[in-house]
Amino acid sequence: MTTNDIRRTRLEKVLKNHNYQESALLEILHSAQGIYGYLDRNLLMDIAGSLNLPPSHVYGVTTFYSFFKMRKPGQHIITACLGTACYVKGVEQIVVAIEKEFNLKRGGSTADGKLSLLCTRCIGACAMAPVVVLDDQVIGKATKELVIEKIRNVLEGVKDESE
Amino acid sequence: MNLNDIQRVAEEENEFQRAYKYRINVCCSSGCVPFGAFKVLKAFEDAVKEFGVENICKVARTGCVGTCSVGPAVLVDPGEYLYQSVTPENVREIVQSHIVSGVPVKKYLYVNESYFRKQQRLVLRNAGKIDPTRIQDYISTGGYFALAKCLLIMTPQGVIQEIVSSGLRGRGGAGFPVGQKWSLVARASNTPKYIVANLDEGDPGVFANRTLAEADPHAIIEGMIIAGYAIGAQKGYVYIRSEYPLAIEALQKAIAQAKEINLLGDNILGTQHKFDLELRFGAGAFVAGEETAILMSVEGRRAQPRPRPPYPANQGLWNNPTLIQNVESLANAPFIILNGGTWFKSFGLPNCTGTKCFSLTGEINNPGLIEVPMGITLREIIYDIGGGIPNGKKFKAVLVGGPSGGCLPESVLEAQIDYDSLKSVGAIMGSGGIVVLNEDSCMVDTARYFTDFCIEESCGKCTPCRAGLARVKEIFDKITTGEGELNNIDILEEASEYIINASLCGLGQTAPNPILTTLRYFREEYLEHIVNKKCKAGVCFRHENGGGK
Repeated sequence: MTTNDIRRTRLEKVLKNHNYQESALLEILHSAQGIYGYLDRNLLMDIAGSLNLPPSHVYGVTTFYSFFKMRKPGQHIITACLGTACYVKGVEQIVVAIEKEFNLKRGGSTADGKLSLLCTRCIGACAMAPVVVLDDQVIGKATKELVIEKIRNVLEGVKDESE
Repeated sequence: MNLNDIQRVAEEENEFQRAYKYRINVCCSSGCVPFGAFKVLKAFEDAVKEFGVENICKVARTGCVGTCSVGPAVLVDPGEYLYQSVTPENVREIVQSHIVSGVPVKKYLYVNESYFRKQQRLVLRNAGKIDPTRIQDYISTGGYFALAKCLLIMTPQGVIQEIVSSGLRGRGGAGFPVGQKWSLVARASNTPKYIVANLDEGDPGVFANRTLAEADPHAIIEGMIIAGYAIGAQKGYVYIRSEYPLAIEALQKAIAQAKEINLLGDNILGTQHKFDLELRFGAGAFVAGEETAILMSVEGRRAQPRPRPPYPANQGLWNNPTLIQNVESLANAPFIILNGGTWFKSFGLPNCTGTKCFSLTGEINNPGLIEVPMGITLREIIYDIGGGIPNGKKFKAVLVGGPSGGCLPESVLEAQIDYDSLKSVGAIMGSGGIVVLNEDSCMVDTARYFTDFCIEESCGKCTPCRAGLARVKEIFDKITTGEGELNNIDILEEASEYIINASLCGLGQTAPNPILTTLRYFREEYLEHIVNKKCKAGVCFRHENGGGK
């Protein structure tokens, strides 16, 4: 079986667990994004067909919620919290520094697809503001120097593995 | 499981806990985990074994202690010794001195009595004390006894009466009387009825609900089952932000445990009462916290609000009667039932009873999660509990109630925390966020920031909110880049009024609050930007001076 077949089998299981019910669309999209990494058009068409919903409805729901991603994310993801406490504590400077240092824009990825920069509204770790999340690692009381160094380490780690 | 079984579990657990002379509670809440709380937990478990004290000292994983700025926090009982910023390296020293020799290690202790003195922990009474992953811990503190009291002794009407008499008002922000809401849904004739617990804490800068779910998930579940009995609902949903993995995990585990011993499901505690619970995950839409939007989202649709009436109490989920309640309100129910509405009225103010949880953040010495009695003043919160502003900076403003709250100046710090007082100064209770700003923040920029937030989060249904806020943003862009004109202020005020009056839901109706409060209290800053092209805080005019926050 190809990777895609395995993924499709997992998706089918999710659909079945939810009895192909239209009201479980959000849960199914969550699971699908977990399985495939992101939700592209073909996948959304597939889900629409399985739930017997108009593709426009599935597309509309997907684009309404900012958590759902329709573009392939980078290998590593740095997420900056733009919540009030982080904003007050100067997270904007960190975001600008990352954009400059790694030559990418918020919401986008580097040309080599290794790093994506996302912004989110409050991850709820406000007492440690400003906060950024590198892959699964939460970096509290962040400074731009610290964050850039951590990103570099992670990116270099990738290179090591592939060599 | 019936009442005797619950009593037996409680007795066994209490006996089990009494066997230990010491209890080390390691906070493993979202605030402490990034600082290595799980490593500290493991280090304590290893250390008590190493020193051979595992028979007299219990190491427990708990929820939030409240001091989120000095994590990982560790609470040692008896005596409630609170250690701050514990690292795996100093764990051995603490165990050796405190547990083996009985001498607390002073240099690591958190000494700040005023942080806790003015707080009153009702909803968070178990936070940091019990292990949220063990239902026995909850039961040993009297958990699920309120449910037993409801199901075995009280009528649904009696339960509602008790909640009515407590004077409890909704903690989600609007402050609608909880008992009244319950009786509206109870009176609705259609069935099945539903309960939706709102844990879509989308306000940036707020983490009170998340902390509650992480620290004491069973309190939310018990509150929901009680509400289900009172209004005649057999199915409940907890709508939770997908950005809260630890809270989701805590709730999933708690639901599974409650199902296992038949506190959820059919024939609860041997009675006829049925209740089932499911989690529903949000997907990053702030507006989904609005009560008609949350229904759309639970049904798997775009979270767009609809007009009321019909109210959800009559036509909610799938057009059936639905009780929508913030999780903090629900977590109040168990101890109101146990102790009575009259007892509850002894907390807070006569017309605004009980306590409220706030996350206290921003430029403040002691950020963290606090629970205070209604009626406390903002000044007490900021200076007595929060310890004032760090680094010798001056206080400038406090944002109360999230992005749709108000920015309040020094002159109104005597305002009391209650729904009406906050409203009279231009803020709202909101979901419980207090963010403190110092002199380095520009109030025009702050209003622009919140407008940005509301533009992104507007669902786009009502034109005043969708297009009006965009127009407001254009004006802010002008003012903050030096192109402001004097009539801009009039336009901001006029547009705000239109947006408030012509929007359907709470998002639009409150979005201009930061604009109006900054105009009301900090008008001179707007004038400075427009007339003198100057930003005292050095935040705006980025292109001119390359500055900015």
